Amino acid sequence: MADSQPPADRATVAVAIAEAHRREWAFVLAATVRVTRDLDAAEECVQDAYVAALDAWARQGVPRNPAAWLTTAARNRALDSLRRDRTLRAKLPLLIVPEPVRDPAVPPGGVPAIGDDRLRLIFTCCHPALAREAQVALTLRLVCGVTTAEIAQAFVVSEPTMAARVTRAKKKIAAARISYRVPELAELPDRLDAVLTVIHLLYTTGHTNPHGANLVRADLVERATGLARMLRQLMPDEPEVAGLLALLLLTDARRATRTDEQGHLLLLEQQDRSRWDQADIAEGAALVVQALRRGRPGRFALQAAIAAVHAEAPSYDKTDWPQLLELYDRLLIAWPSPVVALNRAVVVSMVCGPEAALDDVADLERDGRLAGYRYLPAAKADMLRRLGRAGEALLAYQEALDLADNAAERAFLAGRVAEVQQPAER
Amino acid sequence: MAQYAILIYEAEEGYASGGEQAWQQAMEAHGRFAARVGELGGKITGGDALQPAVTATSIRGDIVTDGPFTETKEALGGFYLIEARDLDHAIAIARECPAPYGGVEVRPIMDTSGG
Repeated sequence: MADSQPPADRATVAVAIAEAHRREWAFVLAATVRVTRDLDAAEECVQDAYVAALDAWARQGVPRNPAAWLTTAARNRALDSLRRDRTLRAKLPLLIVPEPVRDPAVPPGGVPAIGDDRLRLIFTCCHPALAREAQVALTLRLVCGVTTAEIAQAFVVSEPTMAARVTRAKKKIAAARISYRVPELAELPDRLDAVLTVIHLLYTTGHTNPHGANLVRADLVERATGLARMLRQLMPDEPEVAGLLALLLLTDARRATRTDEQGHLLLLEQQDRSRWDQADIAEGAALVVQALRRGRPGRFALQAAIAAVHAEAPSYDKTDWPQLLELYDRLLIAWPSPVVALNRAVVVSMVCGPEAALDDVADLERDGRLAGYRYLPAAKADMLRRLGRAGEALLAYQEALDLADNAAERAFLAGRVAEVQQPAER
Repeated sequence: MAQYAILIYEAEEGYASGGEQAWQQAMEAHGRFAARVGELGGKITGGDALQPAVTATSIRGDIVTDGPFTETKEALGGFYLIEARDLDHAIAIARECPAPYGGVEVRPIMDTSGG
């Protein structure tokens, strides 16, 4: 028969669908939301489209443009169900979807106004009227297509808790009339910062899984990097977007060397630099240059610049500490956070010695905002150890150990406790 | 246009200790706010100031008690009903609502007309 191509084998189709799910979910959903103007309904239609693809692609072969195929299928489903049961949608108000032609959000020479709704989707998920944890959950669910069960697992909460969080957030978007749109130019810096913060939070949760046994959750890390890449493609002229992607790449380049074969934490100075991912470092460093070129760099560009200095140093000892200190000074102005001040103190210890850095640590202890933050006593302990003040170092390591949950970090701190205990007992 | 309530929560002692002058200033600020809402493209459809919380009477089931429903440091002292394009627009308007001794809460109005 003329119309029957040889059916694609099941395995090929399964791989193609998994690939399309990972790469195209956001595009397909974002386009479908425009039709349904209801997030739940759109999700259902997209889910159905992926199921329909299983059969259709097996019969007709995998389409050349899976995203277009899935979008058409999902939007057709949405139109069908809109015709069938308008009444079902009366529970909550429909999303406000401003027309793209009237959308003034496009920065000059920036994002094309028509054709891609993924930015609308991600800015809606990260709207500041939603709690941060809801922003994170919604982004994973709607932009990445991760199941609620998987999100619950990643954030160590029960599935019903996570489901309730997602449902509540969607309900607020509809009931409070959060528009499905990209923010206007005037509000863009703040709104973009929320999006970048959510992506960065996903990354750090994956990078140092705070409760689990393994230091890295590759799935979350890859989701975060994927989101940063997507955003970079959609907003190529935003320096902070380039900065975030650079920061993730430069940090992730060291992933393989952060623990030894037994899963023990290795510090920057102990890591085997020959095993750092040079492709990631090159890409990240090039992005840093672009992010800094525009002047007045933001916190992600500056953090990325710091990561680049580390990544490009031939060894720990040959790190350009004075340049790092300068970058940290600028970062502290762009982002006056006590965590930045702590990291700066560590750099001060390398430039001016641990004695001087302990003054900064004492300031931070008085400040109080870092109470319960395990890296504060850990950094202090390290400075005291380097000064040979073993007794005080022991107390600080012990304090850090009491605060750490991650198994790899605990093992590292326990090792340091044992190390400083030895000379102290002699 | 969507409907929102802007609920004004303030520490009442602010007005009590500020005296007539504080009250006068707040009233003038509200007058300016009312004009601003139109300039911002929104519309005020209702609202009022409330007498202090000590004048409240609460009723729960059969029990009538003296005082507000919940005792808090910042009490509901007044409200506006507004129309705005979406939540961002409502927040932009609410940002300008005077509340020198507290802050405001934006709540979408539920549409119950559909049954």
